[in-house]
Amino acid sequence: MAYSDKVVDHFNNPRNMGSFKKDEDGVGTGMVGAPECGDVMKLQIKVQNDTIVDAKFKTFGCGSAIASSSLATEWLKGKTIEEAQQIKNTDIVQELNLPPVKIHCSVLAEDAIKAALADYQKKADGQPSDTK
Amino acid sequence: MKLPIFLDNHSTTPMDPRVLEAMLPYFVEKFGNAASRNHAFGWAAEEAVEEARKRIAKLIKADAKEIVFTSGATESDNLALKGVLEMYKEKGTHIITSSTEHRAVLDTAKSLEAKGLATVTYLPVDKHGMVNPQDVQNAITDKTILISVMLANNEIGTINPIAEIGKIAKARGILFHCDATQGVGKIPVDVQTMGIDLMSFSAHKIYGPKGIGALYVRKRNPRVRIAPQIDGGGHERGMRSGTLPVPLIVGFGKACELCEQEMATETARLTKMRDRLQAEIMAALEESYLNGHPTNRLPGNLNISFAYVEGESLLMGMKDIALSSGSACTSATLEPSYVLRALGVGTELAHSSIRFGLGRFNTEDEIDYTIKKVIEIVTKLREMSPLYEMAKEGVDLKSVQWAAH
Repeated sequence: MAYSDKVVDHFNNPRNMGSFKKDEDGVGTGMVGAPECGDVMKLQIKVQNDTIVDAKFKTFGCGSAIASSSLATEWLKGKTIEEAQQIKNTDIVQELNLPPVKIHCSVLAEDAIKAALADYQKKADGQPSDTK
Repeated sequence: MKLPIFLDNHSTTPMDPRVLEAMLPYFVEKFGNAASRNHAFGWAAEEAVEEARKRIAKLIKADAKEIVFTSGATESDNLALKGVLEMYKEKGTHIITSSTEHRAVLDTAKSLEAKGLATVTYLPVDKHGMVNPQDVQNAITDKTILISVMLANNEIGTINPIAEIGKIAKARGILFHCDATQGVGKIPVDVQTMGIDLMSFSAHKIYGPKGIGALYVRKRNPRVRIAPQIDGGGHERGMRSGTLPVPLIVGFGKACELCEQEMATETARLTKMRDRLQAEIMAALEESYLNGHPTNRLPGNLNISFAYVEGESLLMGMKDIALSSGSACTSATLEPSYVLRALGVGTELAHSSIRFGLGRFNTEDEIDYTIKKVIEIVTKLREMSPLYEMAKEGVDLKSVQWAAH
């Protein structure tokens, strides 16, 4: 399968790869997928005054999964919580030119964003985080 | 050293220039139809075909008259299974095969099952991918008409105890088909001592042209008969009609001759390179696991799972080395390798597997380059892997409740 230039670029030069400490103030962590399915994404956001000031990812998966999560961190930075909620998997598909067989990678990235946002919200509300 | 490097010699092989040279006169100059009995053009073609047939038969210790030309091993597998079941349906309809066979055998067996023409037993394999002859023995019923077990597996290279299975088949008067596509030309094959009645193989896996293969059909003790699946001019003693592709057959013959002449030296060379590739990669990378038999496998085969990284991303990171992976992302079915699953390899490790296939034209320089690249990319992708991070933190990945999707 031929990859789009953008997928190759994100794969070769991943943006914001790494981790925050999960218990750090303002950090929300989303982990989605399963090793048996061949992809697991961990996406983290750091929020200050309702704005995402930083984001990081780690991904086990194919090149398109890595590219989708790398792109997601790029898009998340600088967005408010509400703006971040609006990111759709179809936006990722379009930006990375993903073929139909790789659409699930973009779905996983959207799920990871939603999970990270939910985790942040939960912590902000004073509930314990349930990410491992 | 030229890039990209071809290390996918189980999928196909580059044609040997000596094979091409042998083929060339049979396109333009000697273009005759081997079935034309009444003129010199036909005679020249027939002579070339029969000479090639002899060379091919010699490599597997058969008689030239026992070689039936087909379009390739997939057709040979289809012809063997369907041809035997149709011919002997009064005698029995039960087939015994193994769960790690090539799709050409498995899908043919399933198609016969679906049409109600056969019942099929799929034998398990051990953790190295080997069929246990005792399992074959135990699976035999009064209705068993055919046993079909591959010589060497295309993913993990494991070599099956064919002679033992052949003996069991013979003792019970059951026909024995062997898909030897990956083994012929690479390891010694003797249809007599191995007790094989039908055997599939093809030219493009042994540095010959694509589009030509053969089915060995035993002529004596017993005389095996198969119902043709392609009707027409009655070529190949009525078993497979269609004008013979003379240049391809000449190339197939030359390829077999070269394999026979060079097998001993080539096996030693490939084994040495393969063992070095294996040793250096596995010494440098923790949690890399060999798939397949540690010793009893094809000289050019190496299949390794690298925990915590996904196979397709590994291939993507090694764009200038042609390899293959058991990852679902690289398969048409979106399922990880059924061969690795049959060995008991976990799904996550099946997703993480890479197959290296070494061949005649690979060099030590290419192996050096590959070792360096593999270590580089696995290390890089592990840094990027949340699973590796968790494992390093001491999290037992099996205890985690994953949200399967």
